[in-house]
Parts: sequence; C-alpha cells; structure tokens
Amino acid sequence: MAILKTEGLTYTYSAGTPFEKTAVDHVDLCIEENKMIGVIGHTGSGKSTLMQHFNGLLKPTSGKMLLEGEDIWADKAKLRDVRFKVGLVFQYPEYQLFEETVAKDIAFGPKNMGLSEAEIQTRILETADMLGMDRELLERSPFALSGGQKRRAAIAGVMAMRPKVLILDEPCAGLDPKGRNLMLSQIRNYQKKTQSTVLLVSHSMEDVAEFTEKLLVMSKAKLFCYEDTYQVFRRAEELKQLGLRVPQIASVMQSLRKKGYDLPEDLYTVEAAKNAVLALLGKGAVQC
Amino acid sequence: MEKIIKAEHIVFRYPADTEENQKPAENPPILKDISLEIEKGSFTAILGHNGSGKSTFAKHINAILLPESGKMYVENLDTSDENLLFEIRQKAGMVFQNPDNQIVATVVEEDVAFAPENLGVPPAEIRQRVDDALKAVNMYEYKNHAPTQLSGGQKQRIAIAGVIAMQPDCIILDEPTAMLDPQGRQEVMQTIQKLNQEKGITIVLITHYMEEAALADRIVVIDDGKIILDDTPKKVFSQVEQMKALGLDVPQVTELAYELRKVGYPVSPEIITEEECMQALEALL
Ligand SMILES: Nc1ncnc2c1ncn2[C@@H]1O[C@H](COP(=O)(O)OP(=O)(O)O)[C@@H](O)[C@H]1O
Ligand SMILES: Nc1ncnc2c1ncn2[C@@H]1O[C@H](COP(=O)(O)OP(=O)(O)O)[C@@H](O)[C@H]1O
Ligand SMILES: [Mg+2]
Ligand SMILES: [Mg+2]
Repeated sequence: MAILKTEGLTYTYSAGTPFEKTAVDHVDLCIEENKMIGVIGHTGSGKSTLMQHFNGLLKPTSGKMLLEGEDIWADKAKLRDVRFKVGLVFQYPEYQLFEETVAKDIAFGPKNMGLSEAEIQTRILETADMLGMDRELLERSPFALSGGQKRRAAIAGVMAMRPKVLILDEPCAGLDPKGRNLMLSQIRNYQKKTQSTVLLVSHSMEDVAEFTEKLLVMSKAKLFCYEDTYQVFRRAEELKQLGLRVPQIASVMQSLRKKGYDLPEDLYTVEAAKNAVLALLGKGAVQC
Repeated sequence: MEKIIKAEHIVFRYPADTEENQKPAENPPILKDISLEIEKGSFTAILGHNGSGKSTFAKHINAILLPESGKMYVENLDTSDENLLFEIRQKAGMVFQNPDNQIVATVVEEDVAFAPENLGVPPAEIRQRVDDALKAVNMYEYKNHAPTQLSGGQKQRIAIAGVIAMQPDCIILDEPTAMLDPQGRQEVMQTIQKLNQEKGITIVLITHYMEEAALADRIVVIDDGKIILDDTPKKVFSQVEQMKALGLDVPQVTELAYELRKVGYPVSPEIITEEECMQALEALL
C-alpha cells in the first residue's frame, strides 16, 4: 500500500510577485511502505520543497498530498499527527540540539507525542543502540560530542518518534568515508528493523547506489522518474543531462558493455561489478 | 623546484577554554610534529578522517593559526611574524566548505572586489582583477547577478574568484565540494585544475572525495596530527587496506582492481582512473 501519495502536487514560492518560482511542478508520486529510497537531483531541483510537503510543513499551491490515503490538509487538526508520522531531519541537524543532555534531546519528540516515561526510555535506548551511540554518551551535553555523534543525537530524536516515514536531508554531509558508510549502514538497519520508509536526500551517487532500493529523481521542479535504483543508473546519459552522474564503477561497466562484453546492465556497486567480471572470466562468484 | 610552503616540525594545540583549566599545555596536541614542503605550481590533496587535523593544518598556512613550536613559511615568509600577515594572506588564499558563509556582497562582482578593495588596490586595477578572476572561474557573464540566484557550484566558484582577485600564488581549499551536487563538484574541480595548469597557481585541496584526490600530483594523508602517507595518488591508493584502516577509501575503480587481484588476477594496483580500469579489464577479459 502507498504510504505517501501526491496528486498533481505543485508549489510556487512568492506567487504573484516578480520573484515567483514554481519549485515543484505537477508531481504525481506513489511511495510504498517499508522501502529505502534515495532522492537525487541538482541543487534547486525542488527536493527540499517536495520533502517539506510530505510532513505538512508546506501546503501545496495546487494538487494533493495524501498520507495513508488521507489528504493531510482536509482536517488541519490532524496536521500534528502528520508531523509525528512523517519525520523530517534537515541538513546539519546538529545545530538544532538544545537540551542539556543527549537523552533529553532525544526524548523531546516522543514527549511531545505524549508517550509514557517508560516508553520514552525504551525508545531512547533502542534508538541509541541502532545508531551505535554509546549509552554513556546519553548523559553528556550534546555540545561535548564529536561532529558525527552530535549528528546522530539529532537524528535519533526524530527516529525515536518511530515515524512511518523518515526523511533525511544529506545526513552524511561533511563526514569522512568511514563515517558515511557507518551512518548509512545504521540508517539502513533502522529502516529494516522498523519496516518504515526512509527517504535519503543525497548528492552522492555512490551512496544511493549502495544503500537504496529505489530512486526519486527530481529535475527542474519536475519528477524525472521514480524507479528501482538499478533502472535509474542504466540511464547514464540522461542523468548527465540532469547535472547528475552515475557511480564511477557503473560508468566503467557500461563502457565495457558498449564494447560488446556480455555484462548485466545493473552493475553499479564494486561488489556486483567484481562478481560479474569473475563470472565472465569463468570462475563464478567468489563468496566472502 | 622552488618550495612555496615549508612546514617545519609544527606542533599545535588549541588553548583550553574552561576557566578552571587555563593551562593550555593540558589540551592534547592536534598537530604533532608536522613537516611538509610543497612545490610551487603543484597540486596537493590532503586526506584524513574527521578530526585528524587537516583544517587545523590548513589554517597554519595562511596564519589564521600559529604553531606552538616549529615554523611555517609561505614563500619564505615566517607566518609568526605579525608584520608579514597581510603579505602572507595575499599570497595564500583560503576557500571553505560553505559557499554561503563566504559571500558578503549582494552582487557577484562586488563580492569579488571586496578583498582587493580592502587592500587599497586602485579602482581601475580592481576592475581588471575582478574581470580576470570571474573569467578564470567561468563566471564572467554572471557578474551582475545576485549570489542568491546561483547554484552551490557557482557560488563556490565566486568564492574562488574572490581569492583569485588577490592574485595569490597558492590557494588552499578546505572541502570546497562537500555541500555541492555532482555537477557543482565537477565545476569546482575543473576550475581548480585549470587555475593550476594554466595559471600555475599552487593548489592544496582538502577533500573526502577520493576521485578528486586522484586528480592531484601528490596526496598527503594526515592521521592523528601526523603525516603518515605522502606519495603520488597511484602509490597512495595502492595501499587499499591501509587507507580503509585509516577511515578513508580508494576510488571505486582502484577497489575493483584490488578485489580482482585478491582472487589471483594480474591487475595493476595503480589503477585510479576509469580509462585505466577499462584497459586493465579489457586486457583481462
Ligand atoms: N523560501 C524560498 N523562497 C523562494 N524560493 C525558494 C525558497 N526555497 C527554495 N526556493 C527556490 O525553489 C527552488 C527549489 O529549491 P529547493 O526545494 O530547495 O531545491 P533542492 O532541495 O533540490 O536544492 C530553487 O529554485 C530555490 O531557489
Ligand atoms: N577551535 C577549536 N578549539 C578546540 N579544539 C578544536 C578546535 N577546532 C578543532 N579542534 C579539534 O582539533 C582536532 C582536529 O580538528 P580539525 O583540524 O578540524 O580536523 P579535520 O579538519 O581533519 O576534520 C579535532 O579533535 C577537533 O575537535
Ligand atoms: Mg535541498
Ligand atoms: Mg576540517
């Protein structure tokens, strides 16, 4: 079943002024439950504007935004619930930490939802574990943490609300390669465990190739496509036109295919490319 | 070759900031005896995990930070000599991660003119420098635009133009592409390479993107305030296991070659570009 649905969703900033700008233009989408989804597109393509519709921060200029089949704007009294069901983590969320301990920061959202103290405690611990945060960090001031841990504390605050949809805007910006990988593995584990839908806005084609099942591609305020990740990376030429690219390894594999080598079309991670090359060499996939 | 940057045994620690703990000596050193010489006109990439000391080192080059012991020279000017500060900052300009924090004016060309104006450069010369700088980053036709109308990659190129208008010999870029989309990253990298190759400007690039580092002449890896690898990209990236152990990575093509080598195929450890990878695979298949 679709968790999120948009119908002709359109949003125009500063309508009726000389600065009028349509940032999302007639987008029709149907996003499933229990999926790990990458959101890509050039800067200014409308990703953030679209994401802010998913949890009711912005109201469509025209068109509809549906959550679990219901128009979220039909009854404004229900908007509060929408914000609990769809969690949005902005870029550099660590700047929004404000409580005196990490635990209190994580508890902020769940408290607002009116959960019991016992339930809140359980969620704090579970979430900290999923993000690999040492429990002793929980009693520290968020400001005493390293950059990566601060970011986790901020993300944990939204995860602890157990939203049905979690949207993360560039959660790995500024992290080093190992930090990126760890963060993304933890987010994927969270997604699997909670069977929720996670939308990951990212500028790294390598990261979305490795960690997502589907890609939502925006271009110039329009939805370019919403398809399985492997399908999208087959469209290297089109992606380039959109100011995007495919991962380095996908590009090499496609060049080899063009030269006539019998390789599958959907090779965009190092692991898959290695197995395909080995298969071609007649050795079969090596398990490791 | 002439050395433009010379770091000699630099040790640095941040001063302790709490009141009860005022003895700076109690903070651990962040740079632990760093010595490094950089050739004029070269392109060096600096890699290291978060917190390893890269930005701290970069800030020593243009005298934002001064060593506790050891010396930093830029074109033989000692950064600890206060009288040389202006001259040093003019020779070595810095570009930071977030383009929005670096742009001060509301019109592109005014932003680029900002630093030379502050230096007291005569107006006619400023005009010339601003035009040249904007042309060098391919943003001349945007000179009358508002920076807010630009994409991240364009803004970052304006920030670079602002530095170029100072006519520096060296530009230090601290993760300039971290906030950009793929096209913006490519624009900035092409600009950096062009300035290096056509204008002979020395480039020091700090990055977490291994494919960007692969474009440099030399890679310096910093770990825990020390230089632990310093070689050509090919040699550095051939150390796949060590790079991963350091929290870093290698380009995807290097990793594929490494994986194939591990299961017994004769693939070179020095593959760092797509073309090299293609050739190696074609030879194999
Ligand atoms: N608050 C705003 N007021 C006016 N225009 C805006 C505002 N926020 C974004 N825009 C414009 O809307 C377009 C889409 O922006 P955004 O949704 O932030 O894209 P992305 O997240 O893909 O970079 C851009 O052209 C941007 O300049
Ligand atoms: N202004 C500061 N005061 C105190 N410690 C700092 C300051 N800036 C950085 N540090 C510390 O110095 C170390 C190195 O930081 P930095 O040079 O920014 O590393 P990198 O750029 O490699 O990520 C880190 O442990 C960081 O916490
Ligand atoms: Mg955005
Ligand atoms: Mg840094």
